[in-house]
Amino acid sequence: MTIEDVRKVILNILADIAPDEDISSIDDNTKLRDQIDLDSMDFLDIVMELRKRFNIEVPEKDYEHLATMAGCVSYLTPLLKDRQLAS
Amino acid sequence: MRYDTIIIGAGLSGLAAGIRLAMFDKKVCIVEKHSEIGGLNSFYVRKNRTFDVGLHAMTNFTPKGVRSSPLGKLLKQLRFSHDDFRLCQQDMSEIRFPEKSLKFTNDFEFFRQEVAETFPDQIDGFNKLVEKILSFDELNLDDADCLSSRPVLESYISNPVLIDMLFCPLMYYGNAREGDMDFYQFVIMFKSIFVEGFSKPQGGMPYILNLLAEKFEHLGGELRMGNGIKTINAKQETVCSVTLENEEELETTAVLSSMGYVETLNRCQPELAEAGACETGQVSFMESLFVVDQKPRDLGYDKSIVFFSTQSRFDYKVPGDLIDISSGVLCCSNNFQYPQPPEEGLIRLTNLAHFGKWDGLPRKDYIAAKKECRAQALDALFTFFPDFRDNVVFLDSFTPKTIKKYTGHINGAVYGSPQKIKNGKTPVKNLYICGTDQGFLGIIGATLSGISMANLHLLQ
Ligand SMILES: Cc1cc2nc3c(=O)[nH]c(=O)nc-3n(C[C@H](O)[C@H](O)[C@H](O)COP(=O)(O)OP(=O)(O)OC[C@H]3O[C@@H](n4cnc5c(N)ncnc54)[C@H](O)[C@@H]3O)c2cc1C
Repeated sequence: MTIEDVRKVILNILADIAPDEDISSIDDNTKLRDQIDLDSMDFLDIVMELRKRFNIEVPEKDYEHLATMAGCVSYLTPLLKDRQLAS
Repeated sequence: MRYDTIIIGAGLSGLAAGIRLAMFDKKVCIVEKHSEIGGLNSFYVRKNRTFDVGLHAMTNFTPKGVRSSPLGKLLKQLRFSHDDFRLCQQDMSEIRFPEKSLKFTNDFEFFRQEVAETFPDQIDGFNKLVEKILSFDELNLDDADCLSSRPVLESYISNPVLIDMLFCPLMYYGNAREGDMDFYQFVIMFKSIFVEGFSKPQGGMPYILNLLAEKFEHLGGELRMGNGIKTINAKQETVCSVTLENEEELETTAVLSSMGYVETLNRCQPELAEAGACETGQVSFMESLFVVDQKPRDLGYDKSIVFFSTQSRFDYKVPGDLIDISSGVLCCSNNFQYPQPPEEGLIRLTNLAHFGKWDGLPRKDYIAAKKECRAQALDALFTFFPDFRDNVVFLDSFTPKTIKKYTGHINGAVYGSPQKIKNGKTPVKNLYICGTDQGFLGIIGATLSGISMANLHLLQ
């Protein structure tokens, strides 16, 4: 997966967990929770979706890396580089 | 084959928990003893009409886009959009006592104004109380403090009638305790009714329940109807399986039960000493439904919901007799903002009732008593409201006995035991409870309870 693909993966997950939210205008460097009103329950959902879709375990101490889109992409790209977007 | 989780009960909490678990590929089965889903909030068909059993109104209405509210959280966690629920807001509701009336809508400032006009000398205290309520963390799952409401209210408000008027809707819509209310529960209900407000889904409860059940099955969850749980089996104090009424045994790693705390402990094998020592709920209701040949509005019923007391002091307790006609809830389903108005007029009347008295009646007397109590309740109502007896084209009533029969809740206690188990744990490992006895009440509350217990115990 490329960086762009990883970004798309996150957007897909966000679209699923927040169906009423406009995610087209997400700014990569602003905290996700300030843009689309995510709470701790939702972060748990992002983590669980990653587990479900790619078998990736994000340990609790790493949750902070998921705070912004840029953070998600840089944290996840190495973990997803050998995977296909299709899943 | 072994399940990750077996959920007992396809009521709102069970279905919601099921969706969460199935969403993350858990092997999950909901076992429901009744032939319909919904539990306390189901529906039934009489003479080609479908009636909601529970639903007067859904509390906690917040508009699309508000995501931090209970409704917003619920939709997000179950991955529904606000539009999916097809919620139609109330027109206006009312708390009516002798000589005093407070109206409320889904705009809290309207209610504040009503209090200011009706109780001018109490508004400062009321505003301070509201501040306390808004800053209170009612969702804390720690069981530590059990502040009761009456002393708190009395420290802000000196007029007992206003206190009773505030209690009336909040107790009727979510209080398992007689006479007083846990303060956290008061806060939950205050926010859900006054600060947020009422709506009804277009299509009623069957619509919402089907939406949940379809999502659950679509995600791969299994739903078994008409076959209850006979025993919950444990080995070394850890859940290992359940046995169904048809003697089939299902192996499982965990059980999440929505049938009630004591009801759940009573099914455990080996038997648990704790079961006998727990407090059971007592508060239940009789409800009558009247289909009328005109719009309720044209008969003088223009409010969505009216919480009334025919006496200036309101007493929320199990009556000494079959029912208590001195207070009640009146619901006019028509007075919600539906895109298309319902075809028929429907008025519902709910009164506090005594399970034991109803349960003790022989069949023939039971039917006569229903008729008699309904007539008494109407007589009391019509001292306050216009008479609609000549407009009734169909009527039906149910009692605490009916509620017990169809949901299994001891004493037909709609809000379960006064003693809530907020963390959902039981003495048996991997056996958890959700729903009514966990502590989030009502439609939205039960649904959130299922979600939060699934998240807390079964998904991590
Ligand atoms: C008359 C009435 C009016 C109400 N009005 C409103 C309202 O206007 N607004 C509102 O928000 N709330 C209302 N409520 C409350 C609301 O319906 C409940 O709080 C909510 O539905 C509780 O859901 P639950 O999942 O906790 O429990 P339940 O719905 O009781 O779910 C438990 C399920 O477990 C099943 N079960 C029990 N024993 C077994 C067994 N051994 N094996 C398998 N399954 C079993 C039962 O059949 C049931 O389906 C009303 C309730 C009633 C009765």
